[in-house]
Amino acid sequence: MKKKRIATASLAGCFGCHMSLLDIDERIIDLMKVAEFDRSPLNDFKKFTRRCDIGLIEGGCCNEDNVHVLREFRKNCDVLVAVGQCAIMGGLPVMRNAIMHSDDPLRECLDEAYRASPKVMNPDNQIPNDPALPLLLDKVYTVVDVVKVDYQIPGCPPSGDVLWTALTALIKGEPPELDWALIKYD
Amino acid sequence: MEPSTYTQGIVQEACRRFGNDAHRMMDILWEVQDRLGCIDGQAMECIAAETGSYRVEVEGVVTFYAFFATTPQGQFIIRICEDIIDRHAGVEEIRAAFEKTLGIAVGQTTNDGLFSLHLTPCIGMCDQAPAVLINDLVVTGLTPGKVSKIVSTLKKSRNLNDIKPQSKGGLFKPGEGNNQHPLIRSMVKNNIRLAGEILLNTYSPEAGLAGALQQTPAEVVEMILASGLRGRGGAGFSTGRKWQMAAATEAEERYVICNADEGEPGTFKDRVLLTEKADLLFEGMTIAAYAVGARHGILYLRGEYRYLRPYLEHCLEERRKKGLLGANIGKTVGGQYDGEFDIRIQIGAGAYICGEESSLISSCEGRRGEPKNRPPYPVQSGYLGYPTVVNNVETLCNVPRILEKGISWFRSIGTSESAGTKLHSVSGDCSRPGIYELPMGCTVQELLDLAGAKDSACVQVGGASGDMIGRTEFGRRLCFEDLPTAGAFMSFTQTRNILEIVDYYMHFFIEESCGYCTPCRVGNVFMKKGLEKIIQGQGEPSDLEYLKDLGKTIIETSRCGLGHTSPKPILTSMKHFPLVYAALLKERPDGLQAGFNIQHALDESRIIAKRRSLIYDPDYSKSEKAD
Repeated sequence: MKKKRIATASLAGCFGCHMSLLDIDERIIDLMKVAEFDRSPLNDFKKFTRRCDIGLIEGGCCNEDNVHVLREFRKNCDVLVAVGQCAIMGGLPVMRNAIMHSDDPLRECLDEAYRASPKVMNPDNQIPNDPALPLLLDKVYTVVDVVKVDYQIPGCPPSGDVLWTALTALIKGEPPELDWALIKYD
Repeated sequence: MEPSTYTQGIVQEACRRFGNDAHRMMDILWEVQDRLGCIDGQAMECIAAETGSYRVEVEGVVTFYAFFATTPQGQFIIRICEDIIDRHAGVEEIRAAFEKTLGIAVGQTTNDGLFSLHLTPCIGMCDQAPAVLINDLVVTGLTPGKVSKIVSTLKKSRNLNDIKPQSKGGLFKPGEGNNQHPLIRSMVKNNIRLAGEILLNTYSPEAGLAGALQQTPAEVVEMILASGLRGRGGAGFSTGRKWQMAAATEAEERYVICNADEGEPGTFKDRVLLTEKADLLFEGMTIAAYAVGARHGILYLRGEYRYLRPYLEHCLEERRKKGLLGANIGKTVGGQYDGEFDIRIQIGAGAYICGEESSLISSCEGRRGEPKNRPPYPVQSGYLGYPTVVNNVETLCNVPRILEKGISWFRSIGTSESAGTKLHSVSGDCSRPGIYELPMGCTVQELLDLAGAKDSACVQVGGASGDMIGRTEFGRRLCFEDLPTAGAFMSFTQTRNILEIVDYYMHFFIEESCGYCTPCRVGNVFMKKGLEKIIQGQGEPSDLEYLKDLGKTIIETSRCGLGHTSPKPILTSMKHFPLVYAALLKERPDGLQAGFNIQHALDESRIIAKRRSLIYDPDYSKSEKAD
């Protein structure tokens, strides 16, 4: 059987979902027998080398680069999977969307983060604005807000077992079915 | 801060009038607002102190109701009815005329403190739209020309009486019938186009009551049960069964409440009954009280109909004088009954949800108009925990007629499952809008023909929470076994934009949701967003599935009738007008969400960072291209 190509990316996430993927431990050897990674932080490929079967997205979109990467994934992957709470619901970053009753919520958010908060140590009083920094979006969007996804895998992060179960199903071309016990997190 | 002695004096007086009883909070708030112009923080502190409640409780009630204000309002509060029928009748021009002549926008108050301008949902005048409320005064059939006359008159005289209708001269003419009564003196028209046999017919006053008092209460309940009378407010629950359950609950007190909070957009039949048949209604309430053993009755009158209050109070006073209310009612009509019964009027304050019976009870108790958990049902534990019968105005008006003319007479009208007649409030695109009393079971087409709605392409039956139907359904019968209705009947020709109508109703439900439960508070917003996406041409076929699914969830999981019906405008229009939706839907093969606009999402950031996007502003850098 031809090996399945998998691409992964972490957008506005914490890389926790990627770390969790490593929790499949030695099963990674079995995984590599049936799959290989294309664009992914795990192998440090920055661009797609060819079309992929499966794309895993961690994190939502908080800046333009996230949107760009996400659209690339949608274009280059047959099956796109939103992995973890940030991708599905926005997670922690989406808390900034709670600044609602402001005329300029983004500015308020930056001020709070870099100037106004009592714990901030910022003698220059500057908000980071290097030209290399991607522009922030007006609010945080979930993966589903920006592109259509085929599956969502819940968890913060989804455990190694959840990811293993989901991946093995996807590699077989089946929809991932997760037992209640696997995705019961409390 | 210490409240001023002036505020304190007025609040104390108001609270004392209602026995410093927190359950009479609605009355206290109306009185304070009428005298102070608003209910500000100081007034709230005082009210809390006087009624033994906390400020936060008072504030909770004040801020719940649209007609209560916490900031000073103008001497004349103008509320423009923005219902869909009024929109089609040109309310935008009326609004523009008010904004121009007053120099303020909606939501503002003029600098001289004379005028405030607000929008409000249906005020029950759809057959004479566009209409506005100026304080308690209803002004109908407005034109921009009349607007400037109203404003200049009020500016000059500062007296609302100067724009009240007068039979000779004056800006407006009074309506027909009791609208000319000195205590109403309103330009509102009844527009009774067709009087049926039961409600709008002549009847022998108090014959029903006399008939009732010659039987035992249980026999009266049996009779109403056997008559097959069902609630006319929309749900169609058996009235006799309701009474039976209330009577069967052991309690020291029982209450009869008449629901005159006619807030369903497009409904105005109760307004006409209250104007022309108030005595019939009070007779019905008295019979209900006798049947279930209640000593107290409440007429919950929506704030929009406050102009009827002086007249209704007068009717009650006349009944007391005649011995038809108070102690020994039996003696007056020649029976053995020596119990007592009296009715008070509770004024609402602009909250659609209060038409839902448990919310209405909360409001009568002086609380926020939020629904209660059921069970226990109001017939078991209602107003202040006592068994309570809540019936619609029209339902109660049927009662004396059944007692007067008998069960077989009543059952001979209408269909087997839906006995009697139904009042229809017809409005929209037709030549004869108004009230039609027809036997239950008449078809939609029959009513359209009567109303002169020739090119109707779409009818909204039962108001915003009812069904939107198209031509193929016009043969359906208006009765509980086919197409139930609470009384609204709005006809639209094919020149009207169906999605605009649906969109307005969703806006209405979002505004009127009490916010207690999440499916209704949040779900309706998502429903509207989904609809907007389709209207903007960004919808995909899968969006219809999403809306169906979400609508089903809202209906199944909401706490009260509002959420049980709020998805219906979208769901029924999707069912009956699939082509309207299909024409706007498009499959998108690129897998991107059409609703997400990257340029829009970056606008704010470009301004703050004072630079353009490396990725999405293509001319910014030649080496990077937008995807």
